[in-house]
Amino acid sequence: MSNLSRRNFIKLGGAGAVAGVATVVPVKQSWAESKQRNPGATTLPYPKVTIGKAGDLPENQAVSFTYPDEMSPCVVIRMGAPVPGGAGPNGDIVAYSTLCTHMGCPVSYDSESRNFKCPCHFSVFDSEKTGQMVTGQATENLPRIRLSYDEKTDTLTATGVEGLIYGRQANII
Amino acid sequence: MSHNEQDRIPLPPADARKTNMTCHFCIVGCGYHVYKWPAGTEGGRAPDQNALGKDFRTQQPPLSGAMTPAMVNTVEENGKKYHVMIVPDKECEVNKGLTSTRGGQMASILYNADSPTRERLKYPRLYTGDDWIDVSWEEAMQVYAGVTKRLLDSFGPDAIMFNVFDHGGAGGGFENTWGTGKLMFSSIQTEMVRIHNRPAYNSECHATRDMGIGELNNSYEDSELSDCIVFVGANSYETQTNYFLAHALPNLNGETVDKKRKWFKDEHVEAGRFIFIDPRRSLTTAICENLAKDRILHLRINPGTDTALFNGLLTYVVDQGWHDKAFIEKHTKGFEAALKANRMSLDECAKITGVPVSELKKAAEWAYKPKKSGHHSRTAHLYEKGIIWGNDNYRIQSALVDLVLATHNVGRRGTGVCRLGGHQEGYARPPYPGKRPIYIDQEIIKGNGKMLTVWGCNAFQSTLNAQQYRQVLTRRANIVREALANARGGDVQDMVNAIFDAVTNRGGLFVTTIDLYPTKFAQASHMMLPATQPGEMNLTSMNGERRMRLTEKFMDPPGIAKPDCLIAADIANTLKAMYEAEGNSDMAKRFSGYDWKTEEDAFNDGFRKPEGIDSQGGPTGDLVTYDRLRGMGNNGVQLPVREYKNGKLIGTEMLYTDYKFSTPDGKAHFKPAPWTGLPAPVEVQRKKYRFWINNGRTNHIWQTAYHDQRIDFRTKRYPMAPIEINPEDAKELGIESGDVVEIYNDYGSTYAMAYLEPDMKRGHTFMMFGYFNGNAGDVVTDWTDRNYIPYYKGTWANIRRVSSMESYKESVSFKRRRYV
Ligand code: SF4
Ligand code: FES
Repeated sequence: MSNLSRRNFIKLGGAGAVAGVATVVPVKQSWAESKQRNPGATTLPYPKVTIGKAGDLPENQAVSFTYPDEMSPCVVIRMGAPVPGGAGPNGDIVAYSTLCTHMGCPVSYDSESRNFKCPCHFSVFDSEKTGQMVTGQATENLPRIRLSYDEKTDTLTATGVEGLIYGRQANII
Repeated sequence: MSHNEQDRIPLPPADARKTNMTCHFCIVGCGYHVYKWPAGTEGGRAPDQNALGKDFRTQQPPLSGAMTPAMVNTVEENGKKYHVMIVPDKECEVNKGLTSTRGGQMASILYNADSPTRERLKYPRLYTGDDWIDVSWEEAMQVYAGVTKRLLDSFGPDAIMFNVFDHGGAGGGFENTWGTGKLMFSSIQTEMVRIHNRPAYNSECHATRDMGIGELNNSYEDSELSDCIVFVGANSYETQTNYFLAHALPNLNGETVDKKRKWFKDEHVEAGRFIFIDPRRSLTTAICENLAKDRILHLRINPGTDTALFNGLLTYVVDQGWHDKAFIEKHTKGFEAALKANRMSLDECAKITGVPVSELKKAAEWAYKPKKSGHHSRTAHLYEKGIIWGNDNYRIQSALVDLVLATHNVGRRGTGVCRLGGHQEGYARPPYPGKRPIYIDQEIIKGNGKMLTVWGCNAFQSTLNAQQYRQVLTRRANIVREALANARGGDVQDMVNAIFDAVTNRGGLFVTTIDLYPTKFAQASHMMLPATQPGEMNLTSMNGERRMRLTEKFMDPPGIAKPDCLIAADIANTLKAMYEAEGNSDMAKRFSGYDWKTEEDAFNDGFRKPEGIDSQGGPTGDLVTYDRLRGMGNNGVQLPVREYKNGKLIGTEMLYTDYKFSTPDGKAHFKPAPWTGLPAPVEVQRKKYRFWINNGRTNHIWQTAYHDQRIDFRTKRYPMAPIEINPEDAKELGIESGDVVEIYNDYGSTYAMAYLEPDMKRGHTFMMFGYFNGNAGDVVTDWTDRNYIPYYKGTWANIRRVSSMESYKESVSFKRRRYV
């Protein structure tokens, strides 16, 4: 790993998240309205948080950061080959919330199977298939952190979350 | 629509209405709360502003509850819209606040015209020969009852057939088994009836009942207390999820040792051990091996050899002197005869089952050898479809219960010999009028019967020899469809005449489906009647430990849908009026006694008047009322009720603690059950075809997927029934994960999505059962046991690659389903 250490990732994420929290505005629209919106659109004022440089990500290793605030642990992984929904120059970078959507235990990344595994009730989520629950007790896939990529600077930025993060009524608290 | 789009949900305000709901998606019956409040409003994030009393201004910690987008929806009541949230109940002794992937989506599958459940049936529908039209209940009843009456008057009750649920929970319950049962057995008096998942009217647990032991004889708490649990053909993580997570697993993990110490003072206690009897390494086995490999034993028997296994173990245990002689002597009958018939050496047992002698001995030591303290081991034997749909249900169960009785593993806390279950239970019906069960599917294939009502079930997806059944049934139904098409311009009476002529003179079959949705079966039918699900009606059921609860109504059904019991009442009342009109008072009397306005009236008429009927409430059912049950909340009462005292219903945690078994002489009866090999027609398939097509359930999908097939989260996971195949086998056939494959044998052919799994033995496969896209029943032989219980698990077939589905490969995960 070159100039961006695992620690730095965490720190960067944290710092960004704090900035993000400051920009939160009260949510006015009702749930029913938000539900009917275009599925692709985010419904909340997500902060834009720089995660780091794509080129600095080690292959097939989960690197921690937090998003959209420091209470929400996430990981970013460069899979090494393009995957559905992948970002970055090769379409192979994905990021997820690591709170199990079943009941919130932290999932861990198993680099051999490339799955996320939850030790509490054994839910398994596929990092290469948009967080699909392979098996387990959740009713939702693992929330995906939306990433944007700036080619010029090789920078990855978190811009939103698809799916509700465990333990929240809304992703932006 | 992407499933995972929602990043915000509404909170129930502090004053949201709260009712109880027992999950209807498996036998476990987990307790949930329903919160309901006017649409367009929501509670605040501060703890005093929402009904959950939680502080959502900050991140909630792990395991502090479950609340997901799937747990909220918008419904209607009395023309007004409401939001609902359905979340697990922490105080419920069954699930202790846990939720599963099936129960967790209860809110998602409520009727909402702006969601995929909009496909629910709202009105009775009639097939006019070209298309379906919505009709009123009155008109539908005139046709249905009109045909019923003509057939009954002309041919007697045998012309009238039913495929019908017999369970509780989803599509069942004491109210509805009673309403339908009274109509079929007391009023129409037909014996031409089969149950939702098998081709006759019979018990899945006939042998154990004959031996004096009802199949639900312990509590979930007993799984916290056992020294050893023997799981036979059961995959509880996927199919009795929260029983397994909340009660069994803590025992394996040693978390219940203190409790055991308290309960069994002088006995040696330690963390529990589990023995799995299953040719397949199931998800449950994989999880347990992962957690406590040294306390798990997996006896990977050859398919269909359970009887040999139990007989070998029985012989060994008795030879070691580990059986309970005093118990056998005092409370049982027939031990010597059974032992003689079942006797089998361990060597022979190993040869047949494929399990090495050393493992057989280890199993016997774990489960039956007296403990260090000299006490008999407390071993529970918990079984499900591996033996219920196994090689000769009656025989396997006899062999299993023989072993259980010899080792006194019933009637003591921590023991029990129980089915684990699929649906919840909820049976209250007049006695079945036939002397013996009748193989109804075969009767239909032979051209018998003239009218078939398919009530809350769908044999096209859940029967054996399904291809032939479907082909014949469709052919016969089409004769009626043609007749209806030709009845142009006719009124109801002309329609009845046309149907009568088609079924009487031309071999037709008039088919009505009564269900939540237009099912696959409905594609061959002529009338659909819309039914309700829990929450749209009050409903009582009991779970796998006989725990009865009331699920309260909190919303309207779609359109003019009705509870099954009230549909039955409508049918009976229409027939009564028809007979009265022609002055036939005898027949009018047969159809009277349905003066029910609500489902509670049906409950009071059946469950609460137990004399002379078959009710799981037993003779004390009259002590239970809706009010009393409401007061008992999600913990309910375990049947049979012993008394009502100080405002509480007092129930029964374990049966047979007094050793008064359910036989005329009160003793448990051993039953000879010698090993006889595979049934001949199955053996023919085995010799001829390469793959064993084992089949069963997966975690994600409930029953025939009647709701699940409409839910993205489910269908994106399984666009088609998956079939697990050993990778080496797959390679030889050029098959990859995500390919569509054909599975075929002498009985039929079906299609599935290949899913490579290294845990599968060479030559073994496992296909999801009962799915809407890929039906394992099409290749299952027509062989049954002596009571017409199918051997769904026993069929062999060949597999060929059909095509490669790029879209499956792209969007479906083919990662291993085992937690490894
Ligand atoms: S374990 Fe069964 S009863 Fe409990 S939530 Fe899951 S499906 Fe429902
Ligand atoms: S918290 Fe992850 S499976 Fe339950």
